[in-house]
Amino acid sequence: MQFYASPEQVQRDRSEYARKGIARGRSAVVLTYEGGILLVAENITTLRKISEIYDKIGFAAVGRYNEFESLRRAGIRMADVNGYSYDRRDVTGRGLANAYTQTLGAIFSETQKPYEVEICVAQVGASPEADELYRITYDGSVMDEPGFMAMGGQAEAISNVLRERHDTNAGLTEALALAAEALGSVGGENGTPRRLESKQLEVAVLDRRRKGRAFRRIAGQSLITLLQGDAEVPEEKLGDVDAAPPPPAEDKPTVSAAPVLEEPRPGPKSDDPQEPADDVNGDGS
Amino acid sequence: MARDFDPSGRLPDFFTNAGTSSFTQFLTHAAPELLPGRRPLPPGLSAGDVAPHGTTIVALTTAEGVVMAGDRRATMGNLIASRDIEKVHPADAHSLIGIAGTAGIGIELMRLFQVELEHYEKIEGMMLSLDGKANRLAGMVRGNLGAALQGLAVVPLFAGYDLSPADPAKVGRIFSFDVAGGLYEETGYDSIGSGSLFAKSALKKKYRPGISTDEAVRLAVEALYDAADDDTATGGPDLTRKIYPVVMSATAQGTHRLSEEEINAVAEQVVAGRMENPGG
Repeated sequence: MQFYASPEQVQRDRSEYARKGIARGRSAVVLTYEGGILLVAENITTLRKISEIYDKIGFAAVGRYNEFESLRRAGIRMADVNGYSYDRRDVTGRGLANAYTQTLGAIFSETQKPYEVEICVAQVGASPEADELYRITYDGSVMDEPGFMAMGGQAEAISNVLRERHDTNAGLTEALALAAEALGSVGGENGTPRRLESKQLEVAVLDRRRKGRAFRRIAGQSLITLLQGDAEVPEEKLGDVDAAPPPPAEDKPTVSAAPVLEEPRPGPKSDDPQEPADDVNGDGS
Repeated sequence: MARDFDPSGRLPDFFTNAGTSSFTQFLTHAAPELLPGRRPLPPGLSAGDVAPHGTTIVALTTAEGVVMAGDRRATMGNLIASRDIEKVHPADAHSLIGIAGTAGIGIELMRLFQVELEHYEKIEGMMLSLDGKANRLAGMVRGNLGAALQGLAVVPLFAGYDLSPADPAKVGRIFSFDVAGGLYEETGYDSIGSGSLFAKSALKKKYRPGISTDEAVRLAVEALYDAADDDTATGGPDLTRKIYPVVMSATAQGTHRLSEEEINAVAEQVVAGRMENPGG
């Protein structure tokens, strides 16, 4: 029985554990293009890996869902508290990246189990040169990425595709095609590239031309059209921030608690309700 | 900002736990001093006349959604504290909020409500329903009851475009509140503030269900003119300084504030009409 483990050994074991956990999950890429920043995750579930944090700031993550979800909430809470007590312009991606790196660093060195996550904080600027992409890894190290980044299993191979072909002057259609191709370049049988369809992708943009909240999800028909690559989708068709609320209950609950037997109203359609919901957990998905 | 920062530099637990999707509830843990209605006031004093008061707001439902308008005056006792205060604001992409009462607290309430809606939307990935938003606002007004009893009352008017209406003909809905946090859904039109009595009487005679947004804008400006006619705390269209009511609409396309030129044209028509017939 071993009673002593050197600190180096402990750190190495934790790193390896976290890296293995992250590598099991599907990947995500973030890249700048002419009109903003494109965030694409391979994700067949309705649970989200990409999210809005603030006006110009987006979030993408891979790894264990419960862990990056709590980091995402923390980021939104921190940004909203700062924006409320100071001004909306005083919320920055760098501040957020700092908070994340402190938090992940503390968790890595103080707790038994490190977080198995890798996250990206993206802040869109007035031009592609002013965009900021921060990669924060499980041990709290932070890197300022030059215009594109890949996270998750086989991130290195995906990065290579991006590195060769990334162009900050590309349009949205081109950028999305590159992102889909990069994500599909790994994981195929015998190394053959896969062709990812709209249902396998979670896509959002931080639109640099939009005033106020720049984050927009691209889903449904707009995403299919964009992926086909033969037509530009007009700006206003790019979908709104998020889904509409569910339809109202038939009656106010104060009227009667008895169930009202009636056909359910059509709610907002989720992308693919048949898919297993636990697939983003980073264990074999 | 937040209390109790962990010396390790880690964000405190209440930031990362699943907790609540409500920003105000989160603030009660993270920074309670930022919440309105949390400051103890000295007992027995009335703060009524020390702070500016905002006055009249009107809202109307239209075929496409809602229109809300507010005059630009803030008063302090018998003085005019501001000629160009803005009391009608977008609450989120599809709803509007107007405030009457103590301006400072009203503006704080409005800002907090805006963050509240956006916060929920970001955390949950989905907008609150219109009823949910109204209930949330009612809770926030209720929190201010103590201050209201000491003269710092504020009452909002909330109106919005319902993205998933129970009745497809009723896409525009208006909610009014009382100082105790009572929530009432209004039919057709409503008004709050010191000139509301006169504005409502004007609307009662002219309003028809299903009017267009343009007609509703005209009616709203007329109603504010009538309110200013009989209430000293409500400001009418100020042609010399070019200060006109703030008019906003919320429809399926989102919220829209009428531009200077648009509202200028409407206000001049209304004033020209009153030159011939002062009673409208």
